[in-house]
Amino acid sequence: MCLAGCGTRLGAMIEVQSLTKVYGGFRAVDDVTFTAEAGRVTGFLGPNGAGKSTTMRVMVGLTPPTTGTVTIGGRRFADLPNPGLEVGVLLDASAQHAGRTGREVLTLAQETMGLPRRRVDEMLELVSLTPGESKRRVKDYSLGMRQRLGIATALIGDPQVLILDEPANGLDPAGIRWMRDLLRGYADRGGTVLLSSHLLHEIEVVADDLVLIGHGRIVASGTKAALLASTGTLVRTRAHLVDDLGRALTAAGLTSTPAGAGTLRVDAESAHVGDAAAAAGVPLVELRPADGAGLEEMFLELTAETAREGAAA
Amino acid sequence: MTVLTTSPATPPSSVGSADVRSARPAPASIPMARLAKVELRKMFDTRSGFWLMASIAILAVLATAATVVFAPDSAITYESFASAIGFPMAVILPIIAILSVTGEWSQRNGLTTFTLVPSRGRVIWAKALVSVGVAVVSMALAASIGALGNLLGSAANGTDAVWDVSAAALAQIFLANVLGLLVGFMLGVVIRSSAPAIVGYFVYSALLPTVFGMLAAFQDWFADLQPWIDFNYAQTALFDESMTGEQWTQLGVTGVVWLALPIAYGVWRVLRTEVK
Repeated sequence: MCLAGCGTRLGAMIEVQSLTKVYGGFRAVDDVTFTAEAGRVTGFLGPNGAGKSTTMRVMVGLTPPTTGTVTIGGRRFADLPNPGLEVGVLLDASAQHAGRTGREVLTLAQETMGLPRRRVDEMLELVSLTPGESKRRVKDYSLGMRQRLGIATALIGDPQVLILDEPANGLDPAGIRWMRDLLRGYADRGGTVLLSSHLLHEIEVVADDLVLIGHGRIVASGTKAALLASTGTLVRTRAHLVDDLGRALTAAGLTSTPAGAGTLRVDAESAHVGDAAAAAGVPLVELRPADGAGLEEMFLELTAETAREGAAA
Repeated sequence: MTVLTTSPATPPSSVGSADVRSARPAPASIPMARLAKVELRKMFDTRSGFWLMASIAILAVLATAATVVFAPDSAITYESFASAIGFPMAVILPIIAILSVTGEWSQRNGLTTFTLVPSRGRVIWAKALVSVGVAVVSMALAASIGALGNLLGSAANGTDAVWDVSAAALAQIFLANVLGLLVGFMLGVVIRSSAPAIVGYFVYSALLPTVFGMLAAFQDWFADLQPWIDFNYAQTALFDESMTGEQWTQLGVTGVVWLALPIAYGVWRVLRTEVK
């Protein structure tokens, strides 16, 4: 695909096209399509078992997809001549030979990519692993140290694209802050960052774009700003009156979706919702803009919706 | 906490070039020699791997010393040393090949290896080449240690050293050990898990020959067929001075069935299965 000028990172975006992965009868990833663009941090959000890791393994050629394609900068990952120099990958920080030292793990990556030996020390310094720690064996590392080592392995080839699966796992608050700054700076300099997490607050702070996945399907995607703005209004009534409220809103031409006991989320401003409820005589317990609830509520809401769809199907 | 105090101070800009999007030349593909070098390094860079490799030399020295000390004077010949050293080699070399392959799965290291080198076939090739190279070098080392023992042993006895293994016979012993190592490699790619593959090797090299031997002892029709069916049996001919054309053919036929086809199947699986 890329004939000339591949060095300019114009095409370094990750494009996932209609990706499906079926295990037996189970659709782990179901028709997933999204894009992670250069110069932006894309947060890949979903609860455990939602299909994030499977999607990421397909991206880097470890798992063959059932159907669909993933390209990075227009090329399949498997077609990259020396992938470590173009795409930094961290899928599981614990997936290392436990008997190797941290320094040795980095040295193997450095040798494989054909980089100068000094890159190993530069990376150890970057991720704040001390010389003493680097000589210890990975089995004696805490999860946080393994994550740092994994991030060092991903960055050693100075790639333009980063694919990181739950990199904040096991990091302490200062480590999370450090990684956030690192990824932000990386994207600001033109890099593409795809970052999966179920740590919603972490993603909310660092991501520019969000892709929400639940039960293998994309439930929402877009810029963080757009997604937060589109959350509408949350309205709560007494639990036994929620159906009356739903009918009142429908009668007023408003669409609503269930969002917990007695609560509906409405794609409209608070004033319109209040008018509709008042006109129908339904007493309200609570009425407020949903965007104040933050990403977590939206996340729970969206994944809960797919859970219900899955149960109904 | 020592890690953390320094963390926020590290400027993210030191990740690399000032601009991640800066133009750069398209990378060249990873040459085979580099993959082989990395795979060789991986055989030595863990404590267990290092001692497994070191054990080749250590056991060769021990076996030689034992032969010098315990063998009667008449048995101080190169053949005694060669067979004393040969036994530990026949066990260790296949284990080296097994662990080289299965480490990627048992230790889940393949997640990194096959991400850095997506063409898994090339990684497996590199492992095979390095394993055979290690086998040849370690056998040369062991043969030298045995030769030294033969010289020392006969000097201690005040006799002339007896060199009763021809170069051709030595080459056949080398070949037998390389085949043994490839059996380990085959079990590695087929089973892809360290402990079961090692158990599999002992079943393959100890249990199967016994079963075939008993079958041959009790069933005349099988006794004639055994050289054409039993890979281990066909290999024992390699330890004879000279092999007939028929014996080479038997080795080839059984080798295809018991080694080449399973390797082909194992590699085919490795190329297709998911790495988790």
